[in-house]
Amino acid sequence: MATQSSRLAARLMVAPSVIVLLVWMAIPLAMAIYYSFRLYRLISPERTGWVGFRNYTWFINSPEFWMAISNTLLLVGGVLAITIVFGTLIALLIDQPIWGQGPLRILVISPFFVMPPVAASIWENLFMHPQNGMFASFAQGLGMKPILFMESYPMASVIFIVAWEWLPFATLILLTALQSLSSEQLEAAEMDGASAVSRFRYIILPHMTRAITVVILIQTIFLLGIFGEIFTTTQGGPGSASTTLPYMIFKQAIAAKDIGRAAAGGIIAVILANIVAYFLMRGIGRHLDA
Amino acid sequence: MARSLSPRRKMMMTLSAWTVALIIFFPVLWMILTSFKTEVSAVASPPQLFTADWTLDNYAEVWARSDYPRFFWNSVVISVGSTLLGLAIAIPAAWAMAFVPGKRTKDLLMWMLSTKMMPAVAVMIPIYLIFLRTGLIDTRIGLVIALMLMNLPIIIWMLYTYFKEIPAEILEASRMDGASLWGEIVYVLTPMALPGIASTCLLNIILAWNEAFWTIVLTTTKAAPLSAFIASFSAPQGLFYAKLSAASAMAIMPILILGWFSQKQLVRGLTFGAVK
Repeated sequence: MATQSSRLAARLMVAPSVIVLLVWMAIPLAMAIYYSFRLYRLISPERTGWVGFRNYTWFINSPEFWMAISNTLLLVGGVLAITIVFGTLIALLIDQPIWGQGPLRILVISPFFVMPPVAASIWENLFMHPQNGMFASFAQGLGMKPILFMESYPMASVIFIVAWEWLPFATLILLTALQSLSSEQLEAAEMDGASAVSRFRYIILPHMTRAITVVILIQTIFLLGIFGEIFTTTQGGPGSASTTLPYMIFKQAIAAKDIGRAAAGGIIAVILANIVAYFLMRGIGRHLDA
Repeated sequence: MARSLSPRRKMMMTLSAWTVALIIFFPVLWMILTSFKTEVSAVASPPQLFTADWTLDNYAEVWARSDYPRFFWNSVVISVGSTLLGLAIAIPAAWAMAFVPGKRTKDLLMWMLSTKMMPAVAVMIPIYLIFLRTGLIDTRIGLVIALMLMNLPIIIWMLYTYFKEIPAEILEASRMDGASLWGEIVYVLTPMALPGIASTCLLNIILAWNEAFWTIVLTTTKAAPLSAFIASFSAPQGLFYAKLSAASAMAIMPILILGWFSQKQLVRGLTFGAVK
Protein backbone atom coordinates (compact mmCIF):
# COMPACT_ATOMS: atom_id res chain seq x y z
CA MET A 1 0.00 0.00 0.00
CA ALA A 2 3.05 2.23 0.12
CA THR A 3 2.61 4.14 -3.08
CA GLN A 4 4.58 7.24 -3.99
CA SER A 5 1.82 9.60 -2.89
CA SER A 6 1.12 7.82 0.37
CA ARG A 7 4.83 7.99 1.18
CA LEU A 8 4.76 11.73 0.67
CA ALA A 9 1.62 12.04 2.79
CA ALA A 10 3.26 9.97 5.50
CA ARG A 11 6.31 12.23 5.52
CA LEU A 12 4.09 15.28 5.84
CA MET A 13 2.26 13.70 8.73
CA VAL A 14 5.45 12.85 10.60
CA ALA A 15 7.06 16.23 9.87
CA PRO A 16 5.38 18.37 12.56
CA SER A 17 6.47 16.00 15.33
CA VAL A 18 10.03 15.82 14.06
CA ILE A 19 10.27 19.58 13.59
CA VAL A 20 8.95 20.56 17.02
CA LEU A 21 11.14 18.00 18.73
CA LEU A 22 14.19 19.15 16.77
CA VAL A 23 13.54 22.78 17.67
CA TRP A 24 12.83 21.89 21.30
CA MET A 25 16.18 20.10 21.42
CA ALA A 26 18.40 22.06 19.09
CA ILE A 27 17.89 25.66 20.22
CA PRO A 28 18.40 25.13 23.97
CA LEU A 29 21.27 22.78 23.19
CA ALA A 30 22.96 25.36 20.97
CA MET A 31 22.52 27.99 23.67
CA ALA A 32 23.92 25.64 26.30
CA ILE A 33 26.96 24.91 24.13
CA TYR A 34 27.53 28.65 23.69
CA TYR A 35 27.29 29.37 27.43
CA SER A 36 29.51 26.42 28.24
CA PHE A 37 32.46 28.19 26.61
CA ARG A 38 31.71 31.54 28.22
CA LEU A 39 32.43 33.11 31.56
CA TYR A 40 28.91 33.82 32.79
CA ARG A 41 28.25 34.25 36.48
CA LEU A 42 25.09 35.87 37.74
CA ILE A 43 27.05 37.28 40.70
CA SER A 44 29.39 39.21 38.42
CA PRO A 45 27.54 39.62 35.12
CA GLU A 46 29.86 42.41 33.93
CA ARG A 47 32.78 39.97 33.60
CA THR A 48 32.27 38.08 30.38
CA GLY A 49 34.43 36.45 27.77
CA TRP A 50 35.46 33.20 26.18
CA VAL A 51 37.08 30.69 28.49
CA GLY A 52 37.71 27.77 26.16
CA PHE A 53 37.26 24.43 27.84
CA ARG A 54 37.84 25.76 31.35
CA ASN A 55 34.21 25.23 32.43
CA TYR A 56 34.44 21.63 31.26
CA THR A 57 37.76 20.93 32.95
CA TRP A 58 36.46 22.46 36.18
CA PHE A 59 33.42 20.22 36.03
CA ILE A 60 35.32 17.02 35.28
CA ASN A 61 38.06 17.74 37.82
CA SER A 62 35.58 18.51 40.55
CA PRO A 63 35.64 15.67 43.09
CA GLU A 64 31.85 15.91 43.16
CA PHE A 65 31.63 14.92 39.50
CA TRP A 66 32.58 11.25 39.86
CA MET A 67 30.43 11.02 42.96
CA ALA A 68 27.55 12.44 40.94
CA ILE A 69 28.12 9.98 38.09
CA SER A 70 28.21 6.99 40.40
CA ASN A 71 25.16 8.24 42.32
CA THR A 72 23.24 8.65 39.08
CA LEU A 73 24.11 5.11 37.97
CA LEU A 74 23.33 3.80 41.45
CA LEU A 75 19.93 5.47 41.40
CA VAL A 76 19.00 4.17 37.94
CA GLY A 77 20.42 0.69 38.55
CA GLY A 78 19.05 0.40 42.06
CA VAL A 79 15.52 1.45 41.16
CA LEU A 80 15.50 -0.79 38.07
CA ALA A 81 16.68 -3.79 40.10
CA ILE A 82 14.15 -3.26 42.90
CA THR A 83 11.18 -2.56 40.66
CA ILE A 84 11.85 -5.44 38.28
CA VAL A 85 12.54 -8.07 40.95
CA PHE A 86 9.69 -7.05 43.25
CA GLY A 87 7.46 -6.18 40.31
CA THR A 88 7.87 -9.72 38.97
CA LEU A 89 7.21 -11.30 42.36
CA ILE A 90 4.14 -9.16 43.01
CA ALA A 91 2.84 -9.77 39.49
CA LEU A 92 3.20 -13.53 40.00
CA LEU A 93 1.27 -13.21 43.25
CA ILE A 94 -1.55 -11.05 41.87
CA ASP A 95 -1.88 -13.26 38.82
CA GLN A 96 -3.06 -16.15 40.99
CA PRO A 97 -6.83 -16.65 41.07
CA ILE A 98 -7.35 -14.64 44.23
CA TRP A 99 -10.35 -12.84 45.72
CA GLY A 100 -10.75 -9.14 45.04
CA GLN A 101 -8.25 -8.75 42.24
CA GLY A 102 -9.87 -5.53 41.01
CA PRO A 103 -9.69 -3.49 44.24
CA LEU A 104 -6.27 -4.97 44.90
CA ARG A 105 -4.96 -3.62 41.60
CA ILE A 106 -6.30 -0.19 42.54
CA LEU A 107 -4.27 -0.26 45.74
CA VAL A 108 -1.12 -1.39 43.95
CA ILE A 109 -1.31 1.22 41.18
CA SER A 110 -1.89 4.14 43.56
CA PRO A 111 1.72 5.29 44.13
CA PHE A 112 1.97 5.92 40.37
CA PHE A 113 -0.57 8.74 40.71
CA VAL A 114 1.28 10.52 43.50
CA MET A 115 3.34 13.45 42.26
CA PRO A 116 7.07 13.26 43.12
CA PRO A 117 7.20 16.17 45.62
CA VAL A 118 4.29 14.68 47.55
CA ALA A 119 5.73 11.16 47.48
CA ALA A 120 9.07 12.47 48.70
CA SER A 121 7.57 14.57 51.47
CA ILE A 122 5.27 11.79 52.72
CA TRP A 123 8.22 9.45 53.07
CA GLU A 124 10.60 12.02 54.45
CA ASN A 125 8.26 13.49 57.06
CA LEU A 126 5.63 10.95 57.98
CA PHE A 127 7.90 7.91 57.87
CA MET A 128 11.63 8.63 57.87
CA HIS A 129 11.73 11.69 60.09
CA PRO A 130 14.11 10.96 63.02
CA GLN A 131 11.79 12.46 65.66
CA ASN A 132 8.22 12.30 64.42
CA GLY A 133 8.37 9.68 61.68
CA MET A 134 6.66 6.33 62.03
CA PHE A 135 9.93 4.40 61.69
CA ALA A 136 11.41 6.43 64.56
CA SER A 137 8.41 5.54 66.74
CA PHE A 138 8.88 1.86 65.96
CA ALA A 139 12.59 2.08 66.73
CA GLN A 140 11.87 3.76 70.05
CA GLY A 141 9.21 1.19 70.84
CA LEU A 142 11.80 -1.51 70.35
CA GLY A 143 14.26 0.41 72.48
CA MET A 144 16.54 1.27 69.56
CA LYS A 145 17.91 4.58 68.36
CA PRO A 146 15.99 6.04 65.42
CA ILE A 147 17.78 5.72 62.09
CA LEU A 148 18.82 9.04 60.55
CA PHE A 149 17.69 8.06 57.06
CA MET A 150 18.54 11.24 55.19
CA GLU A 151 21.86 11.75 57.01
CA SER A 152 23.23 8.22 57.28
CA TYR A 153 21.71 6.57 54.20
CA PRO A 154 20.79 9.40 51.83
CA MET A 155 21.23 7.49 48.56
CA ALA A 156 19.47 4.37 49.83
CA SER A 157 16.56 6.51 51.08
CA VAL A 158 16.19 8.31 47.76
CA ILE A 159 16.39 5.01 45.85
CA PHE A 160 13.75 3.54 48.15
CA ILE A 161 11.35 6.45 47.62
CA VAL A 162 11.78 6.47 43.84
CA ALA A 163 11.40 2.68 43.72
CA TRP A 164 8.10 2.96 45.59
CA GLU A 165 6.88 5.45 42.99
CA TRP A 166 7.85 3.23 40.05
CA LEU A 167 6.96 -0.18 41.45
CA PRO A 168 3.32 0.02 40.24
CA PHE A 169 4.40 0.77 36.69
CA ALA A 170 6.74 -2.24 36.54
CA THR A 171 4.27 -4.50 38.32
CA LEU A 172 1.37 -3.70 36.03
CA ILE A 173 3.31 -4.07 32.79
CA LEU A 174 4.77 -7.38 33.98
CA LEU A 175 1.33 -8.51 35.17
CA THR A 176 -0.22 -7.77 31.78
CA ALA A 177 2.52 -9.81 30.12
CA LEU A 178 1.99 -12.64 32.57
CA GLN A 179 -1.73 -12.71 31.90
CA SER A 180 -1.16 -13.18 28.20
CA LEU A 181 0.73 -16.42 28.85
CA SER A 182 -1.36 -19.47 28.07
CA SER A 183 -2.00 -21.70 31.05
CA GLU A 184 -1.95 -24.87 28.88
CA GLN A 185 1.76 -24.49 28.38
CA LEU A 186 2.39 -24.23 32.08
CA GLU A 187 0.10 -27.11 32.90
CA ALA A 188 1.80 -29.28 30.32
CA ALA A 189 5.17 -28.44 31.84
CA GLU A 190 3.83 -29.20 35.28
CA MET A 191 2.54 -32.59 34.17
CA ASP A 192 5.92 -33.33 32.65
CA GLY A 193 7.32 -32.80 36.12
CA ALA A 194 8.92 -29.39 35.70
CA SER A 195 9.47 -27.72 39.07
CA ALA A 196 8.11 -24.29 39.88
CA VAL A 197 11.59 -22.80 39.51
CA SER A 198 12.23 -24.31 36.11
CA ARG A 199 8.73 -23.39 34.94
CA PHE A 200 9.58 -19.80 35.86
CA ARG A 201 13.05 -19.97 34.34
CA TYR A 202 12.15 -21.63 31.01
CA ILE A 203 8.56 -20.59 30.32
CA ILE A 204 7.53 -17.51 32.28
CA LEU A 205 10.76 -15.52 32.12
CA PRO A 206 11.31 -15.85 28.33
CA HIS A 207 7.69 -14.84 27.82
CA MET A 208 8.28 -11.67 29.83
CA THR A 209 11.48 -10.53 28.06
CA ARG A 210 9.66 -7.92 26.01
CA ALA A 211 7.83 -6.54 29.01
CA ILE A 212 11.03 -6.30 31.04
CA THR A 213 12.68 -4.54 28.10
CA VAL A 214 9.92 -1.96 28.00
CA VAL A 215 10.13 -1.43 31.76
CA ILE A 216 13.89 -0.87 31.55
CA LEU A 217 13.60 1.51 28.61
CA ILE A 218 10.77 3.68 29.95
CA GLN A 219 12.05 3.78 33.51
CA THR A 220 15.61 4.66 32.49
CA ILE A 221 14.26 7.59 30.51
CA PHE A 222 12.51 8.96 33.58
CA LEU A 223 15.13 7.93 36.15
CA LEU A 224 18.06 9.64 34.41
CA GLY A 225 16.41 12.98 35.09
CA ILE A 226 15.23 12.36 38.68
CA PHE A 227 15.30 15.68 40.44
CA GLY A 228 12.26 16.51 42.56
CA GLU A 229 12.72 13.64 45.01
CA ILE A 230 16.29 14.73 45.81
CA PHE A 231 15.35 18.40 45.94
CA THR A 232 12.55 17.69 48.42
CA THR A 233 14.48 15.32 50.68
CA THR A 234 18.28 15.43 50.92
CA GLN A 235 19.09 18.44 48.70
CA GLY A 236 21.99 16.35 47.43
CA GLY A 237 23.58 16.01 50.83
CA PRO A 238 24.94 15.51 53.33
CA GLY A 239 27.91 17.05 51.56
CA SER A 240 27.46 15.60 48.11
CA ALA A 241 26.55 12.08 49.24
CA SER A 242 23.30 12.05 47.29
CA THR A 243 24.16 14.50 44.52
CA THR A 244 23.35 13.10 41.09
CA LEU A 245 24.50 14.63 37.83
CA PRO A 246 21.26 16.59 37.26
CA TYR A 247 21.38 17.80 40.85
CA MET A 248 25.04 18.87 40.56
CA ILE A 249 24.16 20.93 37.48
CA PHE A 250 21.22 22.44 39.33
CA LYS A 251 23.48 23.42 42.24
CA GLN A 252 25.92 25.12 39.87
CA ALA A 253 23.14 27.08 38.21
CA ILE A 254 21.03 28.04 41.21
CA ALA A 255 23.29 27.98 44.28
CA ALA A 256 26.63 28.95 42.70
CA LYS A 257 24.91 31.05 40.01
CA ASP A 258 27.57 29.98 37.53
CA ILE A 259 25.73 29.58 34.25
CA GLY A 260 28.88 28.74 32.28
CA ARG A 261 29.80 25.80 34.47
CA ALA A 262 26.19 24.62 34.71
CA ALA A 263 25.97 24.69 30.91
CA ALA A 264 29.18 22.69 30.60
CA GLY A 265 27.76 20.17 33.05
CA GLY A 266 24.57 20.07 31.01
CA ILE A 267 26.47 19.27 27.84
CA ILE A 268 28.40 16.53 29.64
CA ALA A 269 25.09 15.13 30.90
CA VAL A 270 23.65 15.18 27.39
CA ILE A 271 26.69 13.32 26.03
CA LEU A 272 26.48 10.71 28.80
CA ALA A 273 22.72 10.34 28.32
CA ASN A 274 23.32 9.72 24.63
CA ILE A 275 25.90 7.05 25.42
CA VAL A 276 23.42 5.36 27.74
CA ALA A 277 20.68 5.71 25.13
CA TYR A 278 22.91 4.21 22.44
CA PHE A 279 23.73 1.12 24.48
CA LEU A 280 20.16 0.81 25.65
CA MET A 281 18.73 0.93 22.14
CA ARG A 282 21.47 -1.38 20.90
CA GLY A 283 21.18 -3.84 23.73
CA ILE A 284 17.46 -4.09 24.13
CA GLY A 285 16.04 -2.28 21.13
CA ARG A 286 16.15 -5.56 19.21
CA HIS A 287 13.64 -7.08 21.63
CA LEU A 288 11.19 -4.46 20.46
CA ASP A 289 10.14 -4.92 16.89
CA ALA A 290 8.77 -1.43 17.18
CA MET B 1 -2.64 -17.72 32.92
CA ALA B 2 -5.18 -17.91 35.69
CA ARG B 3 -5.31 -21.42 37.03
CA SER B 4 -7.46 -23.11 39.61
CA LEU B 5 -6.21 -23.58 43.15
CA SER B 6 -7.43 -25.51 46.14
CA PRO B 7 -9.57 -23.32 48.47
CA ARG B 8 -6.89 -23.34 51.15
CA ARG B 9 -4.15 -22.22 48.80
CA LYS B 10 -6.47 -19.63 47.34
CA MET B 11 -7.05 -18.29 50.83
CA MET B 12 -3.31 -18.12 51.48
CA MET B 13 -2.60 -16.46 48.17
CA THR B 14 -5.36 -13.92 48.67
CA LEU B 15 -4.09 -13.11 52.12
CA SER B 16 -0.49 -12.59 51.04
CA ALA B 17 -1.44 -10.60 47.93
CA TRP B 18 -3.63 -8.28 49.99
CA THR B 19 -0.89 -7.85 52.58
CA VAL B 20 1.58 -6.81 49.89
CA ALA B 21 -0.95 -4.47 48.26
CA LEU B 22 -1.76 -2.82 51.57
CA ILE B 23 1.92 -2.27 52.32
CA ILE B 24 2.38 -0.59 48.95
CA PHE B 25 -0.70 1.56 49.46
CA PHE B 26 -0.06 2.31 53.11
CA PRO B 27 1.88 5.61 52.70
CA VAL B 28 -1.02 7.11 50.76
CA LEU B 29 -3.53 5.84 53.31
CA TRP B 30 -1.43 7.15 56.19
CA MET B 31 -1.18 10.56 54.56
CA ILE B 32 -4.96 10.71 54.12
CA LEU B 33 -5.56 9.64 57.73
CA THR B 34 -3.02 12.17 59.02
CA SER B 35 -4.74 14.96 57.12
CA PHE B 36 -7.82 14.48 59.34
CA LYS B 37 -5.92 14.49 62.64
CA THR B 38 -5.03 17.35 64.92
CA GLU B 39 -1.38 18.35 64.83
CA VAL B 40 -0.86 16.76 68.25
CA SER B 41 -2.22 13.35 67.30
CA ALA B 42 -0.46 13.53 63.93
CA VAL B 43 2.90 13.18 65.66
CA ALA B 44 1.72 11.01 68.55
CA SER B 45 4.05 8.21 69.52
CA PRO B 46 3.24 5.38 69.19
CA PRO B 47 1.48 6.29 65.91
CA GLN B 48 -2.29 6.13 66.11
CA LEU B 49 -4.04 4.63 63.12
CA PHE B 50 -7.35 6.10 64.23
CA THR B 51 -7.80 8.97 66.61
CA ALA B 52 -10.78 10.22 68.56
CA ASP B 53 -10.38 13.82 67.48
CA TRP B 54 -11.08 13.83 63.76
CA THR B 55 -11.07 17.29 62.25
CA LEU B 56 -11.49 19.09 58.94
CA ASP B 57 -9.59 22.11 60.25
CA ASN B 58 -6.45 21.29 58.27
CA TYR B 59 -8.34 21.44 54.99
CA ALA B 60 -10.04 24.63 56.02
CA GLU B 61 -6.74 26.23 56.91
CA VAL B 62 -4.94 25.16 53.73
CA TRP B 63 -7.92 26.40 51.75
CA ALA B 64 -7.85 29.74 53.56
CA ARG B 65 -4.11 30.21 53.32
CA SER B 66 -3.73 29.59 49.60
CA ASP B 67 -5.65 30.10 46.45
CA TYR B 68 -6.35 26.42 45.88
CA PRO B 69 -8.99 26.85 43.13
CA ARG B 70 -6.51 28.77 40.98
CA PHE B 71 -3.77 26.13 41.35
CA PHE B 72 -6.31 23.42 40.64
CA TRP B 73 -7.63 25.13 37.54
CA ASN B 74 -4.09 25.73 36.27
CA SER B 75 -3.34 22.03 36.69
CA VAL B 76 -6.45 21.08 34.76
CA VAL B 77 -5.78 23.51 31.91
CA ILE B 78 -2.11 22.58 31.64
CA SER B 79 -2.50 18.82 31.77
CA VAL B 80 -5.55 18.62 29.51
CA GLY B 81 -4.26 21.30 27.15
CA SER B 82 -0.83 19.75 26.70
CA THR B 83 -2.45 16.36 26.15
CA LEU B 84 -4.83 17.55 23.45
CA LEU B 85 -2.14 19.54 21.68
CA GLY B 86 0.18 16.54 21.89
CA LEU B 87 -2.44 14.21 20.44
CA ALA B 88 -3.11 16.59 17.56
CA ILE B 89 0.55 16.45 16.55
CA ALA B 90 1.18 12.82 17.47
CA ILE B 91 -1.82 11.07 15.90
CA PRO B 92 -0.84 11.81 12.27
CA ALA B 93 2.80 10.95 12.99
CA ALA B 94 1.97 7.67 14.71
CA TRP B 95 -0.53 6.81 11.97
CA ALA B 96 2.02 7.39 9.25
CA MET B 97 4.74 5.42 11.01
CA ALA B 98 2.42 2.51 11.70
CA PHE B 99 0.83 2.20 8.27
CA VAL B 100 3.46 3.54 5.89
CA PRO B 101 6.65 2.38 7.61
CA GLY B 102 9.91 3.22 5.89
CA LYS B 103 13.39 1.87 6.43
CA ARG B 104 14.09 4.56 8.99
CA THR B 105 10.84 4.38 10.96
CA LYS B 106 12.32 2.43 13.84
CA ASP B 107 15.36 4.71 14.06
CA LEU B 108 13.11 7.74 14.01
CA LEU B 109 11.02 6.36 16.83
CA MET B 110 14.10 5.59 18.89
CA TRP B 111 15.49 9.06 18.20
CA MET B 112 12.27 10.63 19.42
CA LEU B 113 12.43 8.56 22.56
CA SER B 114 16.08 9.45 23.11
CA THR B 115 15.19 13.16 23.17
CA LYS B 116 13.49 12.39 26.45
CA MET B 117 16.74 11.13 27.92
CA MET B 118 18.23 14.59 27.82
CA PRO B 119 18.18 15.70 31.47
CA ALA B 120 15.80 18.62 31.86
CA VAL B 121 18.28 20.38 34.14
CA ALA B 122 20.80 20.51 31.29
CA VAL B 123 18.60 22.81 29.25
CA MET B 124 16.91 24.53 32.16
CA ILE B 125 18.71 27.88 31.79
CA PRO B 126 18.34 28.19 28.00
CA ILE B 127 14.65 27.28 28.14
CA TYR B 128 14.08 29.63 31.03
CA LEU B 129 15.71 32.44 29.06
CA ILE B 130 13.72 31.65 25.91
CA PHE B 131 10.49 31.66 27.91
CA LEU B 132 11.49 34.91 29.59
CA ARG B 133 12.23 36.66 26.29
CA THR B 134 9.17 35.38 24.46
CA GLY B 135 6.86 36.27 27.33
CA LEU B 136 5.84 32.64 27.81
CA ILE B 137 7.13 32.56 31.36
CA ASP B 138 4.45 32.04 34.00
CA THR B 139 1.73 31.61 31.40
CA ARG B 140 -0.50 28.60 30.97
CA ILE B 141 0.11 28.46 27.25
CA GLY B 142 3.86 28.35 27.92
CA LEU B 143 3.49 25.37 30.21
CA VAL B 144 1.09 23.67 27.81
CA ILE B 145 3.76 23.90 25.11
CA ALA B 146 6.61 22.80 27.38
CA LEU B 147 4.79 19.79 28.80
CA MET B 148 3.44 18.82 25.39
CA LEU B 149 6.97 18.70 23.99
CA MET B 150 8.21 16.86 27.03
CA ASN B 151 5.65 14.09 26.67
CA LEU B 152 5.34 14.01 22.88
CA PRO B 153 7.78 11.08 22.38
CA ILE B 154 5.82 8.96 24.87
CA ILE B 155 2.52 9.84 23.20
CA ILE B 156 3.83 8.99 19.75
CA TRP B 157 5.24 5.69 20.91
CA MET B 158 2.09 4.63 22.72
CA LEU B 159 -0.13 5.53 19.77
CA TYR B 160 2.24 3.82 17.37
CA THR B 161 2.09 0.52 19.26
CA TYR B 162 -1.70 0.78 19.23
CA PHE B 163 -2.05 1.64 15.58
CA LYS B 164 0.27 -1.20 14.64
CA GLU B 165 -2.20 -3.68 16.06
CA ILE B 166 -4.87 -2.53 13.64
CA PRO B 167 -4.67 -4.90 10.67
CA ALA B 168 -3.76 -3.09 7.46
CA GLU B 169 -6.16 -5.35 5.53
CA ILE B 170 -9.11 -3.52 7.05
CA LEU B 171 -7.79 -0.25 5.71
CA GLU B 172 -7.21 -1.78 2.30
CA ALA B 173 -10.73 -3.17 2.26
CA SER B 174 -12.16 0.23 3.09
CA ARG B 175 -10.07 1.73 0.33
CA MET B 176 -11.40 -0.85 -2.13
CA ASP B 177 -14.86 0.25 -1.14
CA GLY B 178 -13.88 3.72 -2.22
CA ALA B 179 -13.12 5.41 1.08
CA SER B 180 -10.97 8.50 0.83
CA LEU B 181 -7.94 8.97 3.06
CA TRP B 182 -10.01 11.27 5.25
CA GLY B 183 -12.92 8.85 5.35
CA GLU B 184 -10.53 6.07 6.21
CA ILE B 185 -9.19 8.00 9.17
CA VAL B 186 -12.55 9.20 10.46
CA TYR B 187 -14.73 6.14 9.92
CA VAL B 188 -12.38 3.18 10.08
CA LEU B 189 -9.25 4.06 11.95
CA THR B 190 -10.51 6.37 14.67
CA PRO B 191 -13.18 4.03 16.05
CA MET B 192 -10.67 1.18 16.15
CA ALA B 193 -7.98 3.34 17.70
CA LEU B 194 -10.23 5.05 20.21
CA PRO B 195 -9.36 2.83 23.19
CA GLY B 196 -5.67 3.39 22.46
CA ILE B 197 -6.13 7.14 22.14
CA ALA B 198 -8.10 7.17 25.38
CA SER B 199 -5.43 5.41 27.40
CA THR B 200 -2.69 7.55 25.85
CA CYS B 201 -4.73 10.56 26.85
CA LEU B 202 -5.06 9.29 30.42
CA LEU B 203 -1.38 8.50 30.87
CA ASN B 204 -0.40 11.86 29.49
CA ILE B 205 -2.77 13.77 31.75
CA ILE B 206 -1.28 11.92 34.72
CA LEU B 207 2.31 12.62 33.63
CA ALA B 208 1.54 16.29 33.04
CA TRP B 209 -0.37 16.66 36.30
CA ASN B 210 2.53 15.18 38.25
CA GLU B 211 5.29 17.05 36.41
CA ALA B 212 7.14 18.99 39.07
CA PHE B 213 10.29 20.30 37.41
CA TRP B 214 9.21 22.52 34.54
CA THR B 215 6.12 23.66 36.40
CA ILE B 216 8.32 24.99 39.20
CA VAL B 217 11.06 26.43 36.97
CA LEU B 218 8.74 28.14 34.51
CA THR B 219 6.04 29.58 36.78
CA THR B 220 5.91 32.00 39.69
CA THR B 221 2.32 32.79 40.56
CA LYS B 222 -0.15 33.24 37.73
CA ALA B 223 0.21 29.88 35.98
CA ALA B 224 1.49 27.75 38.88
CA PRO B 225 -0.27 24.36 39.06
CA LEU B 226 -0.70 22.05 42.04
CA SER B 227 2.82 20.61 41.82
CA ALA B 228 4.15 24.12 42.44
CA PHE B 229 1.52 24.65 45.15
CA ILE B 230 2.78 21.67 47.11
CA ALA B 231 6.42 22.65 46.63
CA SER B 232 5.70 26.08 48.09
CA PHE B 233 3.79 24.47 50.93
CA SER B 234 6.55 22.22 52.15
CA ALA B 235 9.23 24.89 51.84
CA PRO B 236 9.16 26.43 55.35
CA GLN B 237 10.89 24.23 57.90
CA GLY B 238 9.07 23.08 61.01
CA LEU B 239 5.98 22.35 59.00
CA PHE B 240 2.95 20.79 60.50
CA TYR B 241 2.25 17.22 59.54
CA ALA B 242 -1.52 17.37 59.50
CA LYS B 243 -1.59 20.48 57.34
CA LEU B 244 1.13 19.17 55.06
CA SER B 245 -0.90 15.98 54.65
CA ALA B 246 -4.06 17.92 53.91
CA ALA B 247 -2.29 20.02 51.27
CA SER B 248 -0.74 16.86 49.78
CA ALA B 249 -4.11 15.15 49.68
CA MET B 250 -5.62 18.16 47.93
CA ALA B 251 -2.81 18.09 45.35
CA ILE B 252 -3.06 14.40 44.47
CA MET B 253 -6.73 13.62 45.08
CA PRO B 254 -8.11 14.73 41.70
CA ILE B 255 -5.65 12.61 39.73
CA LEU B 256 -5.84 9.72 42.19
CA ILE B 257 -9.60 9.51 41.73
CA LEU B 258 -9.32 9.83 37.96
CA GLY B 259 -6.67 7.11 38.03
CA TRP B 260 -8.74 4.77 40.18
CA PHE B 261 -11.75 5.05 37.92
CA SER B 262 -9.81 4.63 34.69
CA GLN B 263 -7.35 2.10 36.04
CA LYS B 264 -8.39 -0.75 33.72
CA GLN B 265 -8.22 1.42 30.62
CA LEU B 266 -4.89 2.87 31.69
CA VAL B 267 -3.21 -0.45 32.42
CA ARG B 268 -4.28 -1.83 29.06
CA GLY B 269 -2.58 1.12 27.44
CA LEU B 270 0.54 1.15 29.57
CA THR B 271 2.11 -1.85 27.92
CA PHE B 272 3.90 0.09 25.17
CA GLY B 273 3.71 -2.93 22.90
CA ALA B 274 5.18 -5.16 25.57
CA VAL B 275 2.40 -7.67 25.20
CA LYS B 276 1.57 -9.15 21.85
